[in-house]
Amino acid sequence: MTLLSVAGLRKSYEGREVVAGMDFSLRPGECFGLLGPNGAGKTTTLRLVLGLTQPDSGSITLLDHDVATHAREARARVGVVPQLDNLDPDFTVRENLMVYGRYFGLSRAEVERRIPELLDYAELTARADARIQTLSGGMKRRLTLARALINDPDLLFLDEPTTGLDPQARHLIWERLRQLMLRGKTLLLTTHFMDEAERLCHRLAIMDHGRIISIGTPRELIAANIEPEVVEVYGDGAEDWAAATGQQLAERCEKHGETVFCYTHDAHAMVASLANQSEHGDVRYLHRRANLEDVFLKLTGRELRD
Amino acid sequence: MINLRFLHVWRRNLLVWRKLAIPSMLGNLADPMLYMLGLGYGLGGLLPQMQGGSYVAFLAGGVVCSSTMFTASFEAMYSAFSRMHVQRTWDAIINAPLSLDDVVLGEWVWAASKSLLSGCAVLLVATALGVVGSPLALWIIPVILLAGLVFAGLGLIITALSPSYDFFMYYFTLAITPMMLLSGVFFPLAQLPVWAQAAAQVLPLTHAVALSRPLMNGLTPDHVGLHLLVLALYAGVSYGVARHLLRKRIIK
Repeated sequence: MTLLSVAGLRKSYEGREVVAGMDFSLRPGECFGLLGPNGAGKTTTLRLVLGLTQPDSGSITLLDHDVATHAREARARVGVVPQLDNLDPDFTVRENLMVYGRYFGLSRAEVERRIPELLDYAELTARADARIQTLSGGMKRRLTLARALINDPDLLFLDEPTTGLDPQARHLIWERLRQLMLRGKTLLLTTHFMDEAERLCHRLAIMDHGRIISIGTPRELIAANIEPEVVEVYGDGAEDWAAATGQQLAERCEKHGETVFCYTHDAHAMVASLANQSEHGDVRYLHRRANLEDVFLKLTGRELRD
Repeated sequence: MINLRFLHVWRRNLLVWRKLAIPSMLGNLADPMLYMLGLGYGLGGLLPQMQGGSYVAFLAGGVVCSSTMFTASFEAMYSAFSRMHVQRTWDAIINAPLSLDDVVLGEWVWAASKSLLSGCAVLLVATALGVVGSPLALWIIPVILLAGLVFAGLGLIITALSPSYDFFMYYFTLAITPMMLLSGVFFPLAQLPVWAQAAAQVLPLTHAVALSRPLMNGLTPDHVGLHLLVLALYAGVSYGVARHLLRKRIIK
């Protein structure tokens, strides 16, 4: 079965190409991440894939259905966690699940049978009869996630599932998502959080300006795009040190804000120099392994996106 | 091919309504009651017989349609706009295997259903006041259902175009209020200057009232086919336009 396969996908709004030729496909049981800055085209890609907007060109196959003609049928086997909470404020927690289940054509009895397990999954059993307005942000997200599972989908789309949540709530969502993967669900998620992508995703596509600019496992992306070690140097003397020493020792130096990022395969010499320097100078530093954020920033640039 | 998926959307709205059914029904009853008591008896006491009956009887035949118009308009504008734009309920629904067309059809039929209830409440009040002429008045029910579809369709057009709640005031000021005053709800159209009478023929409420008033008073209306045709055209065209505009707004 084809879970999701996208080829040559393009979409413009008012002359601006928001999705500019995307190709990717999902493998069973994986968590696939679309990683990109704001405005990279992640949400539009999800809308296209669900058949909620028409592409200018390209083809999409979702759960063996051609989305151009049979998006509705395909959505019957998909769960969606949207970026903005759109739980129904006119209903309680339990009613939200009930009403949503009925949209899938499930019988009342069938939805009632599924609700206790989903409430349990969302840790909302005690709040089953609470109104939506009384829930915290984390509870709402969990309920939205539970709602997306009401039809026992094969494939789950999550659009920035932890944006706006506090760290505790994020960890709980991540843990719930890993449970789903253990149960064999396939996940497609968009995010601009590197830790989220690194933690959850088996494979990632880094997107910018409507294109996939790199695709692979988190490790592959790091290995393919960036030197393995980074020394971040900051403080008043950082620039002088970089000009005098850093440039020679590092393979690549970039200055962003007040920090100099020095990339290298072996940071020993640099660290020795900095340790010496920082004892009687005003230079501070952090030596670490290169991570996804370095890749992301290298590939998408560091200018501010709104 | 007829599909009944829109009923999911209709039922969702019904479930919400059920939670507030009692205050909502009381409102449906109180509103026309006040009109008929205040205007019907208060003002009507000063007036001579109207078309062979009391002013209350005359008024009941008009208010049954204006109540329907108001309820359908409010539901298709303020309530539907909340669900579409503020609560994003429609977005959630179209992530499920329902299409936007299902949602729009569900909202259209729902707004008309709700207005049917408020029209029936007027009919009940009129019956209680003893101004209903004969069982012919039961034919008012399909008339107000059709009128409800007209004003639900028109309301959804405004919703599709509206950036915010404030926008609805234009429609009320420029369309609903003039319609209320110029469609023969409160006085016979013949009282108006000839050009205004002609203009009133364009308004859908005029045609609904032309059917409901005689039926309320136990008479068979004239030109039944013509009035039904105008209402059906308004209903069908407004729904089609609303669906087109909402597709443009939401599907893009």
